[in-house]
Amino acid sequence: MEPFLTLRSIEKLFPGVHALKSVDFELSPGECVALLGENGAGKSTLIKILGGAQSPDSGRIELDGEEVVFNHPTDSLDAGIAIIYQEFNLVPGLSAGENMFLGIEPNNYGWVRRRDEIAKAHEILNRIGSRIDPNTRCDELTVAEKQMVEIAKALVRKARILIMDEPSAALTNKEVERLYELVDDLKAQGLGIVYVSHRLEEVERLADRAVVLRDGARVGELLRDEMKRNRIIELMVGRAMDSEFPTDDRKVGDIRLRARNLKKGNKVKGISLEVRAGEILALTGLVGAGRTETVRLLFGADVRDGGIVELDGKELDIQSPRDAINAGICLLTEDRKEQGLVLGLSVKENFGLPNLGALSTNGLIDRNEELNRFDHYVESISIKISEPDQLAEKLSGGNQQKVVLAKWLEKNAEILIFDEPTRGIDVGAKFEIYQWMNRLAKQGKGIIMISSELPEVLGMSDRIMVLKEGEFMGEVTNGPDITQEKLMAMAIGIVDDKESENENS
Amino acid sequence: MKILKKLLSSDYGMLGVLVALCVFFSLITYENQQPVGQDAADRLLGQIQYQFEEPGLVIIAGKNSEEGRVFVSQLDEHLTEGGWKVEAAIAGTPIDLGKALREADDKKLSVALLACEQSFADLPLVANLKKSIPGLSQIKVVSPESYGWPNFLKSSNLLNVANQIAVIAIIAIGMTLVIITAGIDLSVGSLIAFSAVICCWVVREWMGGPDATVLGMIWGCMLAIGACGVLGAFSGSMIAYFGVPSFVASLGMMMVASGLAYMISGGLSIYQIPDSFDWLGRGDSFLGIPNAVVLMILLYLAAHFLMSRTTAGRYVYAVGGNAEAARLSGVPVKKVLLWVYACSGVLAGLGGVVMASQFRSGDPKYGLMYELYVIAAVVVGGTSLSGGRGKVFGTLIGAFIIAVIQNGMNLTGVQSYTQKVVLGLVLLAAVLLDMLKKRGWRLSS
Repeated sequence: MEPFLTLRSIEKLFPGVHALKSVDFELSPGECVALLGENGAGKSTLIKILGGAQSPDSGRIELDGEEVVFNHPTDSLDAGIAIIYQEFNLVPGLSAGENMFLGIEPNNYGWVRRRDEIAKAHEILNRIGSRIDPNTRCDELTVAEKQMVEIAKALVRKARILIMDEPSAALTNKEVERLYELVDDLKAQGLGIVYVSHRLEEVERLADRAVVLRDGARVGELLRDEMKRNRIIELMVGRAMDSEFPTDDRKVGDIRLRARNLKKGNKVKGISLEVRAGEILALTGLVGAGRTETVRLLFGADVRDGGIVELDGKELDIQSPRDAINAGICLLTEDRKEQGLVLGLSVKENFGLPNLGALSTNGLIDRNEELNRFDHYVESISIKISEPDQLAEKLSGGNQQKVVLAKWLEKNAEILIFDEPTRGIDVGAKFEIYQWMNRLAKQGKGIIMISSELPEVLGMSDRIMVLKEGEFMGEVTNGPDITQEKLMAMAIGIVDDKESENENS
Repeated sequence: MKILKKLLSSDYGMLGVLVALCVFFSLITYENQQPVGQDAADRLLGQIQYQFEEPGLVIIAGKNSEEGRVFVSQLDEHLTEGGWKVEAAIAGTPIDLGKALREADDKKLSVALLACEQSFADLPLVANLKKSIPGLSQIKVVSPESYGWPNFLKSSNLLNVANQIAVIAIIAIGMTLVIITAGIDLSVGSLIAFSAVICCWVVREWMGGPDATVLGMIWGCMLAIGACGVLGAFSGSMIAYFGVPSFVASLGMMMVASGLAYMISGGLSIYQIPDSFDWLGRGDSFLGIPNAVVLMILLYLAAHFLMSRTTAGRYVYAVGGNAEAARLSGVPVKKVLLWVYACSGVLAGLGGVVMASQFRSGDPKYGLMYELYVIAAVVVGGTSLSGGRGKVFGTLIGAFIIAVIQNGMNLTGVQSYTQKVVLGLVLLAAVLLDMLKKRGWRLSS
């Protein structure tokens, strides 16, 4: 079929970054094209240009063979292009139906024809196979339902092209499956879909074609039968990758961190754990298992109701993150933007934040020393920044994670807790973070890693602990006999008693 | 246009606005100035050196005012040094001058020069010297020439501007810190009154009233500032440890402090303090710069240093930028907040002491609405109300913008009601500018 959307040699320059280098792109009705690339490869910029949030410096956008210019998000929406962002644009206090028709309410001289609105909302929700009542307030909907409303909202506006940015990131497995069906369904209805994702397995499942960007340039296109994970990763990273996980031969030593009977409300119900020197302990489980809550207690981010934490045999009195940091326990939070970094400060200042004690005398910061130490890490962890005074908000996810890592390395952390260390991070940076985790373990530090990605858990950890709803479900030593299915069974609550007993004894 | 944007985007973008305002008010207050005192003497000496090659006999005349006496004595001294023979140096009335001239005529002296202030040169007697005293027709009359200069740019006016804004600018340092942590402190206006009252009350009750020693006065100031620090720390602890919104906590403290000031003073002004108490508010011990302005400059330098070079300053920015991320990085967020509000209290206390010194009394009605001017100065100075961003020198510029607008409008005779309207619009414009800056110069986000 003829493509209805064509981009020709799109160029976009930002100060210091060539975000898009002569990128071509085309989309036909009924087609799902995956847009792939590491963070910073130019995917978001391309989406923003399609959505009218940014204008290209040069190049043409053609719709049905005619050139169009988008100066404003409403321009592209009027042209039939809708973007489903990761953060939804719904008004929480309005109902699903009201949100769908927000701004284009069917009305008579300002009086909203409510019955019409609800009927139409019903019709469109049915069309995408959703059973949401249009009268439900949006803040009462689940994430998956909100996504449905967003898609319905796009259809109300007669969108022909749907751009979905990491739509599955926040969904449960079951919901993801329904999303896939919906995408297939929309394709059958003749919509063109641009699907942006980091999850390669879903790209294999969904996309008719994959376009790969690297450093702002289109480096390749894979047709359905060429889409193999290794091949995609190779294109994204620009080099052949034998393994997604680095291998390592480290020795596990004595117990470093031991926590007993940690309790916090109904989130954490008496969890005990221990981490040995040179060991990576993975905490896994479904969403709501209490993994993050548990490590927040270790780190003092929340005050625990009960339990004991010992480091190298000495009991610690941890009341605040400051106490934990001074004792040598550091947490790399899951949400870097909200919790890991002060986005309005420069990367250097973020790096300095926990280390100012060592970098200052009598409260006076030694700015040269601070810069020297930071430069050291910029090199050793290869953080990509334009200058040390660059604002933290300007960095890609992977580089932000590296800045967080750098600040804890400088602090000489003994126990490092990685909460979803690779979420939202591109493949290349992922590999580097894994390498660092291995290297740190080898230095005799204790590592705790929380991850929902079972391949990551299996690929990286020495020991795996599974939680469910704040309770300990079981623990296994990683080995060839441990499979994703086995872990999933434990996470759901089907525990192989014998095995966990063996491991605990 | 691009350059303008770039200028306004920089941290001290408002500096350009300040300069523009100064230029504007300089232009519209440009007038002929009559030099007086030292200035007049210096100018006249220059004229005399230019016009006369040979020194001779001279009569000097100036008014019997402070400036007139300076004029006369300076001319007397320097002309004598230059070889002139001073026949008479008069600091008095036109009658005195007439007498001296006639005496010179009687003695048949050949006086070469009459150096006098402009008002004397304009006297009919002097202007028509040939007719009135024909014997002295050879005499040359010189007076300091007038020159064009803006009233606004007179050094006395500029120092006045600085002195007027000192209290607000000093308190605005604390407010800048508070606003960088994404909070607000409404209590500073009341703390001015509280501090002024406490200070004067302590001096009156315990330090011997009008006979108090310097040490006694220092004690009064310290106690007042300390008390304000305690009140600031109290609201800080409500905000930091109990999570009370800063608006509400400081609103409460605003009423408490004001009430306390009225209770202690009984609602009356306390003026039983030594006259020398005005040293801080009215004195100028250093190069003719008012002491309050010197204090303000020193505080700004210290604050800039604190915010840019020290751990504490970095923590303040971090807490305002993202309190949770700061906490998880080991920043003692609650302590920082407590400290910031205590600091704001201390500076408000200091502002109160300066004001008490300016008026040589402590009155519970001081500082009314000052919190709003202080906040305006901070906001105009480019500090973001959403926290995490701002510069202390920006605030100084903001304070001066407000002061210059007020002063300029006073000089040009704009009504005080109109002044309020203008100031309000300036505040709105500053906030709008801040929004535009954040959005990258687009009207809608």
